[in-house]
Parts: sequence; C-alpha cells; structure tokens
Amino acid sequence: MISRRKFLIGTATAAGALIVGYGLWPSRRLARATLLDAKSGERFVANWIKIADDGTITVVIPHCDMGTGIFTSLSQMAADELDADWSRVRSETAPADPLFANGSIVEGFVLEMRKMTRDSIPSVLQGAAGNTFRTLAEYADVQVTGGSSAVRMTGVYGMRVAGAAVREMLIKAAAARMNVQPNEFHTEMSRVIHTSGKSFGYGELAAEAVNYSPSSNPELKSKSDFKFIGESVARFDIPSKVNGSTKYGVDTQLPDMCYAAIRISPVFGGKLTLLNEESVAHVRGVKKVVKLDDAVVVVADRFWRASNAVGKLEPVFDHGGNGAVTSKTIRDRHSSALQHGKIKQDMKTGSGADALNNAAIIERFYNVPYLAHAPMEPANATALYEDGRLEVWSGTQDGLGSRAFCAKTAGLKLNKVTFNLMPSGGGFGRRIPGYWNFLTYAVKTAMAVPGVPVKLIFDRQQEMQHDYYRPNVTSRFRAALGQDGLPTAWVHDYTTDDAPNPEAHIFYSVPNQAYGTARVDVHVPTGPWRSVETSWHGFFIESFVDELAHEAKRDPFDYRRALLQSKPRHLGTLNLAAEKAGWGSPLPAGRGRGIGISECFGTIVAHIAEVEVNGKGQVKVHRFTTAADPGFAVNPDGFKAQMQSAVVFGLTAALYGEITIDKGAVVQENFPDYQMLRLAECPAIEVYVHESDAPLGGAGEPGVPPVAPALTNAIFAACGTRIRELPVKNHPLTRL
Amino acid sequence: MAIRLKVNGTIQDVDVEPDAPLLWVLRDELGLTGTKFGCGIAACGACTVHVNGKAVRSCGVSVESVANREITTIEGLGAKALNPVQQAWIEHQVPQCGYCQSGMIMAVSAFLATNPNPTEEQLDGAITNICRCGTYARIRDAVHSLSTAKQAKGAS
Repeated sequence: MISRRKFLIGTATAAGALIVGYGLWPSRRLARATLLDAKSGERFVANWIKIADDGTITVVIPHCDMGTGIFTSLSQMAADELDADWSRVRSETAPADPLFANGSIVEGFVLEMRKMTRDSIPSVLQGAAGNTFRTLAEYADVQVTGGSSAVRMTGVYGMRVAGAAVREMLIKAAAARMNVQPNEFHTEMSRVIHTSGKSFGYGELAAEAVNYSPSSNPELKSKSDFKFIGESVARFDIPSKVNGSTKYGVDTQLPDMCYAAIRISPVFGGKLTLLNEESVAHVRGVKKVVKLDDAVVVVADRFWRASNAVGKLEPVFDHGGNGAVTSKTIRDRHSSALQHGKIKQDMKTGSGADALNNAAIIERFYNVPYLAHAPMEPANATALYEDGRLEVWSGTQDGLGSRAFCAKTAGLKLNKVTFNLMPSGGGFGRRIPGYWNFLTYAVKTAMAVPGVPVKLIFDRQQEMQHDYYRPNVTSRFRAALGQDGLPTAWVHDYTTDDAPNPEAHIFYSVPNQAYGTARVDVHVPTGPWRSVETSWHGFFIESFVDELAHEAKRDPFDYRRALLQSKPRHLGTLNLAAEKAGWGSPLPAGRGRGIGISECFGTIVAHIAEVEVNGKGQVKVHRFTTAADPGFAVNPDGFKAQMQSAVVFGLTAALYGEITIDKGAVVQENFPDYQMLRLAECPAIEVYVHESDAPLGGAGEPGVPPVAPALTNAIFAACGTRIRELPVKNHPLTRL
Repeated sequence: MAIRLKVNGTIQDVDVEPDAPLLWVLRDELGLTGTKFGCGIAACGACTVHVNGKAVRSCGVSVESVANREITTIEGLGAKALNPVQQAWIEHQVPQCGYCQSGMIMAVSAFLATNPNPTEEQLDGAITNICRCGTYARIRDAVHSLSTAKQAKGAS
C-alpha cells in the first residue's frame, strides 16, 4: 500500500534544496486569483485574503470543513495580523485550483521532518522557500486537510503572514495617497490611521493596495498584541448547521439528476463474475445497470429506487484468493511475524536490546483491531460527464487532490475537470487522498451515463465494509527494570504494513531503547484514522508503562513523573491533569483512575479516566480530566471541543470498536454491530489548556491516543483486570 | 397514486410508491436536504423529523403511514424564528461537522416539548441519536440551560 505519510509529503523531500525564486504570490498571481475567485467589487490583496470595496474581508481557506472549526480559527489568525474589524470578516472554501495549492502545508511538514520551524529559515530566504513549497504543493496537487495541520501550518505559515502582508500593503497605499511615510500610520478595526487623525477604511484602499507586492516576511505581532488569536470566537459555520441549510456533498442537487446505489465485491479485490440484470429491468425508475470490475451500480431516478434495485441484483464476485481469510488467521499471522519472523531494526539508543541480557525481562503483548472511520455522512459523490468535461461535487479532505484524482480516473486533463469541495459530515481520515473509492465509482458511473448528473451514495453497509481501516497491529514489549524500579531497557517490536513509525518512540527517559518492525501484509485495505500511528502506539506505550509501574510497585503517576524529569511540557501537562482530577484522593469501591499521556502532531495530551466496574462486570466511565499543551490555543473553546470530541471518539473505539473479517470480508454492517458511544455513556469531560512556548500543535487528533490507555489503566485500578487487547467489550470483567 | 403530505405546514402531493421511505421523499422529491441519511435502519437518528409533534426516524417509516399528518423537518422548525433548542445549540457551540445535528435538534425539541425539565436519566433514555464528533457533553449543557431558563421564567 501507499505509505500513509505519502499523502502529506509526496515529492516534498526535494524541498530540502531551497531554490531562490520570486516572492510569495506576485502581482500577476493575485490578478489570476481575482479573475478566478473574486466577485465584482472585491479582489485578492495577498494569498488567501480578499477585500471588497465595502470593507468585507474574505479569508479563503485551502481546506475542507469537516467540523473542527478551522475556517474560524484560520480567519482569526489572518484577521488578527490584519487588525481587521471582526464583524466584517467572512470565510469561504478555496477553489480546487493549482493557484490555491497549499504550500504552507508542505512547508510545515517538511520543516517538521527536519525538526525546524520557519524561524530557522533566514528571513531573506523565506520568500524563496515559501515559493518553493507552494510550487511543490502545486506539483503534488496539495490542498489536504489532515495531520491536524490547518492551524499549526496553514495558520502559522500562511494566514498570519498573509494578514500581516496585506496590512503593510494597505499602509503603503494610504501613505501614497497622503504622500507621507508609512511609519506615520497605525491600523485598527479595518482602518489605516495617520498620526494626524486622518484615516481610511480598508475597503477604500484595497484597489490601490494590490499595486504593491505582498511581503513574504512581514512583521508579525507578538503574543501580547493578539486581539483575536487566543479568543473563543464563535464559529462561522454553526448557524447554518442548526437550521439544516449547510449543504454537504450528499445534499448536492442538480436539475434532472439521477441517483446511484452500489454493491462492491464483499471480499476486497474480488471481481464481478456474474450478474442477472433482468431482475431489475422493469423496476420503476431504473435507468441503467453499470458493471464495473469489482462492483455493480444501479442508476435510477431516485435513490431509494436505486437502492432497492441494487438489493435485488444478486451479483456474484470471486474471492481474489482471499476467501478463507478470517480475523483469526490475520491475528495468527501478526503473532507469528513477531515471534518467528524477521524483525527489521528501526531506531536504537544506548546499547538497545543488548541491555536486556542477564536481566529479568518483563514481556507483554498487545493488540488493536481494525477500525472503520464511520463518519455520519457516508461516502458519496455527484458527477456529471458531458462533452469531454467532468464536474464533481463531494466532501473530501483535499479539493485540489480530488480534482487531479478525478481527472486521472476519467483520463482527462486537469483543465477539463471541475471539482466542487463540499463540507464533510465527518472525516477522521476517511476522505484523505489515496482513499477515494467513492470518487472512483462515481466518476466511472457518470461516464457510463454521459450528460446525466448522478449522485452515488454508499449505503451504511457499503461504507462499513469498504472503508480503509485503522490497521490491526500487534505489539511486543520487553523491558528490564533497575534497582529503583525504573526501566533500564525498553524494547518494542510491532507489526506493520507501512514504514516504521516514529510515533513508537517514547518521550520517557530510558537509557537503552530499541525498536523493530515485522512486516505483515493483508488484503484488507488500511488507511489513516484520526491520530494515525499514535492511535495504536499511544495505547501500547501507556499500557506497558503502567504495567512497569505496577511491577515496580510504584504509583503510576509518580512513576511517569520520574521518567519525565527532562520533559517539562509533558510533566507540566501531566501534573495539571492529575491535580484537576484529584489523583490519589479516595474513591468509592469499584472505582479506579487511570492515566494516558501521548504526544501527537505537536500537542501533548494527558487524560485521567475515572471508571467504575460494577458487580455485573459492566464498565461505567464517570469522568475524564484532560490537560493539553498545544503551545497555545488559537480558539480555546474550539480547542476544548476537539478534546471533548477526542474523548468520545477514543472511548467508542476502546470500548466497542472492532472490524472483524470472515471469509475475506468485513462482518460488520451498520451501527448495531459497530457500536457508537451515545449520550447516556458520555462521561463528564473537563479540559484544561497547559500553555507553553512550544510551536503551535494540532487540535483535531492529539486527544484520541491517550483515551484508550487511560480507560484500560483505570479498569485495572478498579478491578485488577489488565486489558491488553482492544476492545474492552470482549473481556469479561469481575470486580475485586 | 399521489400521496398527500403536509410538510412544514404546506400540503404537497407526491407520486411515489406507498412504501417509499419518508426520508428519501423529503430529500429527493421535496428537496428538503436538512434531514440526513445516516444508517437507513433507524439506528442513528440523523433523519429524525416530527410527525404530529413526535420524533420519528424518517428512514424507517413509509410515506404512506404519515400521509395527512403534520410533518415538521429542521427547515420548518425554526422557519419563523429560531427554536430555543437551535438558539441553545449556537450559544453552547454544539455542532462540529453538524451532520447529525438536524436529527439531534429534532429529537431534543420533541422531547423537551413533553418533558421541559428532564432529569439526567430521562434525557439519557430519550436521546439515543449518534453524534460521531462526540458533542454529547455540550448537548447535555445546552439542554440543561433550556430547562434552567424555563424554570427561571416560571419562577419570576
């Protein structure tokens, strides 16, 4: 499979060589953007920022809205540097056009890989570097929303810089009007104000401001001057989400459109071998049965008719050689690979695994299952193929990438394809580049009915059974403890169908560490799932460290503290969570507390779970106390919402989540057998932000990984049962 | 044969099979896309509408069974002025992706209409809609703010 990292960096490693070029978004580029995406009376003044004659500021966002609030936070970042009047600020989705490729994302990920920040690039080269990243983004069609990257990359490298550049241009325009020096002005509430008191609105200056080139290294505000950054500004998108007016991909309506329902080969990779189309030939509304390589699609005038008809077809698919695969055979292969297969060495510190020699070894195995993303809006896309042109509407995590993908699928040039990026009813990784089976099927279906707009919707069963799953991963830890009970050796081998995971590496201070991977390839497609590799390593690491604390007969909080003495951010975050949770205070019988702490996409999150195991062995999660260090929260309420969301998402997975395989196919069909946490099971969740001077971290994903271990460590504290294989529902629990 | 529906106060005749699911008739025949498709088996509640004031999961009922009844969708709920539940949802910044929230708001508004000051247990038992973004904690706060507001109003 494609490496899960590939979607983010693509060709970007080439960016190591910083090519000297022109500055970010030169004037001719702005003019093209204005032509493409500005209404009458407005224009782009720098990348991502349009100002209209009436003073309306529109922040154009090169991301999808899948619910994390980034359209608002990114606008806060641009507007703050711009000294805008917030009541005049709007946001909209960037067109899926190379002109709006997101160089900031490429810049952010490349710098992160090299453990650099923008400040490490000399200022004279920042424009050239930015240009290089943008060129790479264009080349690789990057407009992705993933890796919890919007605020910390697009916001930091894109929006703030653009906002500050526009402010400088507006000041220059005012200075030219008055024939005075720019340093005689200040800005406030969307006005450029001269020391004399004379002032100009941004709207009146915008048309003249475009005559100046946006600087690629304008002066940025210091934290103490922030006006919107750091404020819990109300989200732009919420009013239209409470009255039903937000149009998601599945809500696309076009004149004379048709609808399509699909049945894909239950066994991944199976081919369509037999189909009796007669059974639906006379069903009302059915227009066409489209046979694809591995699926059959019914196009009808209404979705329920297409759906009923596809249910009547009894397509036969072959098994592609995988008809005997079950969850058990998969698990056996993982166990066997770890115990008998070749271990590929990854990183090592100190004397690595040699430090286990002549020591009492503590060995533990853990396992996490396949998981579906199960966004509430099932995968869908609407497509119209006509006269050699293709237009597509869908909610994906990359508009420009989707356009290029649809063009490739249809065998068309990019300029013959239009892609309309719609808001998504949940993403969680389901809609990331490389995982777009719904676009493939929609485009192929549209090409089979030229001239007819057709909306293809996966029903819930197809969505559940044709996802790209969080992988099944098995893990083996071995450790040796010193006299003080702290680990002297930490050896971790795990299975993977991808490159070694840097997320396996621990932040705890252990002198000798070794990591290795055992390759296991299974026909079940896998992909990034909210928090990606940390979703499993967080569980593994935090379970094992808890077990070591127990072996050492030490308190799990104190034990972690001892291992974090050189990590002030981690230590501070953990201390805050423990203090707020009342760690160590007495609990009623049957209750226990557990800790989980992880670092993911630059943010450290510590959860303390408080659970009860009742006399019947049922688990009740009473409370989650969360402390998180994202450096600084751009929108604190929005950040807290992401942490609350992560707790529910993580608990759903840890308690119930499991995709199983039988006869080569996914067993689960819908929500009853792929259970979701509901209101009644949602614990009280308190979130505290631990501020530090660290570069901004992500918000959407980092809260997820420490949820499962906090829960299972709390279950251990409550009833003495150690859960090493998720989900919890598979384990009988008895109270001590 | 045409089936007569009364949706958001407007009478509409639809020429569909009697067993067509109400959800898809609302969405595809009447263009009311605020009501969402989530599971198709009445398990998630994304398609919740009101039928004669009661919360109904529209993917699981035939259009024939609701003929001539008062059907309200999310578009109708706050058509004149936002319903208090919608207002509370904005005030508490409840939605994330928002996809389930039409159904959630319809379920909560029907529930509060018959039980304006619910206990925690009553709320837990009544609202079983799925929110994949996990907005439950805010839903709880928003519902309690409504019951408290009503209590305060009643006391004054």
